[in-house]
Amino acid sequence: MATLIEPVVIDQMTPIPFKVRTVREELSHTFTLELEPPDGEFHFEPGQFTMVYAFGIGEVPISISSSASEKSSLQQTIRRTGAVTHALGTVIPGRHHVGIRGPYGTPWPMKQARGRDLLIIGGGIGLAPLRPAIYHALENRDDYERVVVLYGTRTPDDILFETELRRWGDRDDITTLITVDAADRGWYGAVGVVTRLIGRVGFDPSNTTAMVCGPEIMMTVTAERLMEGYAMAPENIYVTMERNMKCGIGVCGHCQFGEKFICVDGAVFPYTEVGHLFDIKGV
Amino acid sequence: MSEMYVSGQSGIGRLIQALAERGHRVIGPVVRNEALVYDEIKGVEDLPKGWTDLQEPGRYRLEQRGDEKLFGYVVGSASWKQFLNPPETVLWSGTLSPEGFRTDPLPEPPKYAFFGVRPCEVAAMQVLDNVYGSDNGTPSMGMRTATRELTFIVAVNCVEPGGNCFCVSMDTGPTANSGFDISITEIAHNGNMRYLIESGSEAGTEILDEIVGLEEPTDAEIAAQESSLAEAAANMGRTLDVEGLPELLKGNARNPRWDSIADRCLACANCTMVCPTCFCNTIDDNLSLDGKHATRTRKWDSCFTLGFSYMHGRPMREGVGARYRQWITHKLATWVDQFDELGCVGCGRCITWCPVGIDITQEAAAIRRADLRDTPIGIGGLA
Repeated sequence: MATLIEPVVIDQMTPIPFKVRTVREELSHTFTLELEPPDGEFHFEPGQFTMVYAFGIGEVPISISSSASEKSSLQQTIRRTGAVTHALGTVIPGRHHVGIRGPYGTPWPMKQARGRDLLIIGGGIGLAPLRPAIYHALENRDDYERVVVLYGTRTPDDILFETELRRWGDRDDITTLITVDAADRGWYGAVGVVTRLIGRVGFDPSNTTAMVCGPEIMMTVTAERLMEGYAMAPENIYVTMERNMKCGIGVCGHCQFGEKFICVDGAVFPYTEVGHLFDIKGV
Repeated sequence: MSEMYVSGQSGIGRLIQALAERGHRVIGPVVRNEALVYDEIKGVEDLPKGWTDLQEPGRYRLEQRGDEKLFGYVVGSASWKQFLNPPETVLWSGTLSPEGFRTDPLPEPPKYAFFGVRPCEVAAMQVLDNVYGSDNGTPSMGMRTATRELTFIVAVNCVEPGGNCFCVSMDTGPTANSGFDISITEIAHNGNMRYLIESGSEAGTEILDEIVGLEEPTDAEIAAQESSLAEAAANMGRTLDVEGLPELLKGNARNPRWDSIADRCLACANCTMVCPTCFCNTIDDNLSLDGKHATRTRKWDSCFTLGFSYMHGRPMREGVGARYRQWITHKLATWVDQFDELGCVGCGRCITWCPVGIDITQEAAAIRRADLRDTPIGIGGLA
């Protein structure tokens, strides 16, 4: 009965094995897997995520942290928080595989932001899903006006992709500032929340697209600062959301956020679509 | 309207037989463990002749009717989703190999015939088709779509709604208008049980053509059917005012009423288990002792459990009030944003099987009475 789509037996829930090329320890609890697509190429857009599967242990949503123009490999930056992420951290390069489904989700608005200033603001591991956007901006530098990266993290020991951030800091076609919440005596940089860096960089609020990723409270405070302090329109502020998705294709129900399925309607959202949900407890 | 037939109970038996002969596993209502459940039936003698189910908030009892009705009950205790979207299904299993792992072939989807599907339940299947279908860009998960396509649906219209029924409010009953292969209405006419049978699809017509002994209904029988169904529509146990409901619920995310529900709700998840449209699920992983064979099993999950929203060491929906709000707001509000229809069909199961009798229609009405959208507390809801 009923007219339906073609029967799908082996469906999108079955992951494809990708060989692990390298495992790089980034921070004490964070590592990056470099993976080899079995058919040679993997296509995605900056901001998208995959479901990463550790054989027999489980599957977790992880955003892609490598450049979208580099199609022959795929990098996923992962923090050890539970059984699956710990298992993913024990894989042996060249020998083990991890399962991949995807890419899923909406991308950062790289096309819509052409001809505008880019204000890229990351908190903690939130820099990982932003890195493909930064790579894209640098690879297509003429498409954008000013490119600004502001990064906040807990301590100087928690600076993700530090070598790269420092290298971008030395370039004059991109502005990169770092701040930490708490510092020791060896730190000579900024201390305080990431929003305090906004006033230290030049950008044209009327012609800027902001891309923000970090803890929900950090994204809320940042978006409010940009709207109230700089009169930025909420539709030009993008955030990326996270939930404990099980399917990635809008049928498990775990990532519901108001009327949104974060996995298919996001994870990247203009602030206009989700801003009103942030201050309701337990949405 | 397609051709209409009428028969006695023997015709119903021949229909069950014909479906079985066509290779369908026929599932229908049976009485077991003092409840009316859906399970395999072999013939008309398996149907719950003379039984009914009394349903009230938090209360369910089987009783003898004192008549010969086959379909004199309200609705099965658990819905048909247990067959189309089983509580546990192996999504896939696989074995380690040099290329990573190889997946095992999946079993063939079962070929069911559902016998005695209430109009609200037909509607619920269509609601889930939209969830699992391609409408929102989300392809099928597991075997549901394949199983669904093979399933033959025999709907049975409702002439005696139960105490918790509100299909008229949800526009899903008491008469099934589409989504079935055959529909049946049971009427007591001149002291006999008569079954008015209609086809709703080519497959339905084909099978009805083969069944011997079906007669043409008399005008009096057709009139009796019409009046029974009209009477049923007028006798709903409950009503739910759906006018402006999505905006109402989304605008009342901060209503203190949620706290009052939290004081009563046990977060037991019964309502989501018996709901014919609740589709949330999770995935369990199993690994063989030698570490070489893995199985991923999809299982029903519920937004009422604390673990459902667990992320980075804490639940996102900590309070029971937030979890009830999520459930009712999804059913009656955000479902419309997602799938262009309401997610409730008015079957009343969530009211019956709630251990403390929380009533979705009453809670929606309570929010309407205490609408806070025009007060400071109402500003910035989910809307």
